[in-house]
Amino acid sequence: MDPLILSRIQFAANISFHILFPTITIALGWVLLFFKLRFNRTGDEKWMDAYRFWVKVFALSFALGVVSGITMSFQFGTNWPGFMEAVGNVAGPLLAYEIMTAFFLEAAFLGIMLFGFRRVPGWLHTGATALVAFGTTLSAFWILVLNSWMHTPAGYELRDGVVHATDWFAIIFNPSMPYRFVHMLLASGLTVAFLIAGFSAIRWLWGDRSAEIRATQRFGAWMGAILIPMQIFAGDMHGLNTLEHQPAKVAAMEGNWETQGRVPLVLFALPDEAARENRAEIAIPGMASLILKHDLDGVVPGLNDFVAADGSIEHPPVAPVFFSFRVMVGIGFAMLALSWSSLWLMRKKRGGVEGLPKPWLYAFVGMAFSGWVATLAGWYVTEIGRQPWLVTGVLTTSEAVGPVTGGMVATTLTAYLAVYALLMAAYLGTLTYLARKAARHDPLSPAIPKPDAGVRALQPAE
Amino acid sequence: MTLFGDPAIWLPFAFAALMGLSILVYVVLDGFDLGVGLLFPFAEPAERDRMVASIGPFWDANETWLVMAIGILLVAFPVAHGMILTALYLPVAVLLIGLIARGVAFEFRVKAPTRHRGAWNRAFFGGSLAASLAQGFMLGLYVTGLQLGWANIAFAALTAVFLTVGFSFIGAVWLIAKTDGDLQRKAVHWARRGIWGMVAGIAAISAATPLVSSRIWDKWFTWPEIVWLSPLPILSAVLIVVLWRLLARMPLPGDRWAWAPFGIATTLFVMAFGGLAYSFYPYVVPEQVTIYEAAAAPESLIIILVGALVVLPVIVAYSILAYTVFRGKATELTYY
Repeated sequence: MDPLILSRIQFAANISFHILFPTITIALGWVLLFFKLRFNRTGDEKWMDAYRFWVKVFALSFALGVVSGITMSFQFGTNWPGFMEAVGNVAGPLLAYEIMTAFFLEAAFLGIMLFGFRRVPGWLHTGATALVAFGTTLSAFWILVLNSWMHTPAGYELRDGVVHATDWFAIIFNPSMPYRFVHMLLASGLTVAFLIAGFSAIRWLWGDRSAEIRATQRFGAWMGAILIPMQIFAGDMHGLNTLEHQPAKVAAMEGNWETQGRVPLVLFALPDEAARENRAEIAIPGMASLILKHDLDGVVPGLNDFVAADGSIEHPPVAPVFFSFRVMVGIGFAMLALSWSSLWLMRKKRGGVEGLPKPWLYAFVGMAFSGWVATLAGWYVTEIGRQPWLVTGVLTTSEAVGPVTGGMVATTLTAYLAVYALLMAAYLGTLTYLARKAARHDPLSPAIPKPDAGVRALQPAE
Repeated sequence: MTLFGDPAIWLPFAFAALMGLSILVYVVLDGFDLGVGLLFPFAEPAERDRMVASIGPFWDANETWLVMAIGILLVAFPVAHGMILTALYLPVAVLLIGLIARGVAFEFRVKAPTRHRGAWNRAFFGGSLAASLAQGFMLGLYVTGLQLGWANIAFAALTAVFLTVGFSFIGAVWLIAKTDGDLQRKAVHWARRGIWGMVAGIAAISAATPLVSSRIWDKWFTWPEIVWLSPLPILSAVLIVVLWRLLARMPLPGDRWAWAPFGIATTLFVMAFGGLAYSFYPYVVPEQVTIYEAAAAPESLIIILVGALVVLPVIVAYSILAYTVFRGKATELTYY
């Protein structure tokens, strides 16, 4: 078995699993801070109830993010030693800064945020929540700096095939970093908005009529409605930036084979890389040129520009990039439709969840994890779209792979996949279980008598 | 920077020291929380919740020191990073899967449906066991030069067992400090049983290392080095005797000296680690690559070092804050 292919599958599986959890924690940290601040200001218990429920989701997601992230940091060495040997002088400091500024910050204050409510003054608990939120965002910043640099490297020179840093400002603020960072933060915000709205909807359908659910359903719908137009705008800007720096990726996203003007916007097609054409194409003439060049006759580079004279392909595999892009955009528009229509409907019943007809509630439940799907799809567009390069123009993926045997990678890959499948089942099962348990705590029912402190000490933590 | 002389000399040394410090902090801190996981099967269900409560707020930050150590290896010595981790490919995978199982069990065992708790408890123990064994195996392979022969693998298997027992020992002395009553008495009992693992482990590594390399032999057993170094083994032996006698009398009335076993165990780990560091310096891949040959470019290392000097004290400060907030006996750990 080919260790390169297996290592790529292993890394892809690992990063796909990992990215799901930071996608939740980056924005959920700030949402928790918002809940806590609302509680501090109004003293209304519903905000604290919301905090209590979502902090558990945060803790669970954070733990999964940490353990899958540690796996990734080791894989640089176990499977991709060529990466660090070639670009370690740039990648190293960025990763070091992530660990030193973000990891420790999150890890140290997480304990206080999760378990310290009764042990520390209120301001310190709120402060710990803020620092954890800041830490997750800072962590995303450093990782996206490195990832963006791999897409659009800047501020370096090559000496004997090894990258040396010449300008750290140019490295950090490389051409695609601002777009990618904003796009990812908004993706995280949307993921959390629909997660909160989805779980609030299911708790409502299970009969939970608490003030907490009324507040979080409304909050999720508003958050989604505000962020989605921002995301469409940011995504468009990001696309234009990619066109400038990685035209082959945009050509694959659009399914555009020939460099030409009046490029059609392909709504659906089956890209055929062997025949170098699209089958079953449904397209709007000139629209792609209009979007990408703001001109119906704008010339956009096509995939055939990225075939070397000897016939070797220097553009990414077309079909996965093409389809992933459509999945991402499709979900974006579904988010737009659902969040805006529900705000319109909720408006009548004084902004309450009562205004939502059942199909809308079911739609929110169905889209609870739509942010994950869109994020993964977007991630595939950008990462598969970078192939065959690992670092554009500097290092190809096949140059970075280590001297491990296919059998070894196959063994670990099987083990990781089994662990990930198990964890995913446990994660989704536990989230549903927590929601069901929370839904049963009807505030109108008589209060549950509190056990005395002695018994309580032996009660399992929740 | 002329103040310190040639940056190609002092920078790799500074990073080797920083990496050594991270590994040491990791081994002590995650050592005790891995150890608590290893002792899980020997405790009653109610005691398990208190055991988890004693490490719950800390384990995450403790594990970050491993990421830090690997990060420094990767950043400062990129060539060695690839060599070491590809040589240790399979034990690293076992370590990672162990850490995954254990890290998520912390969360799942209290949040998943009650009927699943037994399974997550087993995952917590199994993960702690896999991670400890893998670390011991990697340590054994490392001190014998990262070569895969039968003798080396046998030795690595032996260190895996010793380190695991050693971790369970440091977990037990942590519990002596963090608990009271029956559980504390149990922890004393566990510590008395586990101490041999630490002693045997330190002895085995100390004996094997100079035998593998004549260079290391010469570093220890020539005049006058042997005189300067003699306090290390002598002090270790004295501390082990003190620890043994102390444990025989614990728990003392009024919970006096509850922290002493943990303090002594930590001192022993530090001295053993110091001995290893002395043996291997200046090599980062034993007998093959020195820290000076493997170091990354000075202009990148400076960037990190400046940050580290600013950030590390801050990290230490808020780690102390976290340990202060959760000081005292572990009794409960509820979200609210």
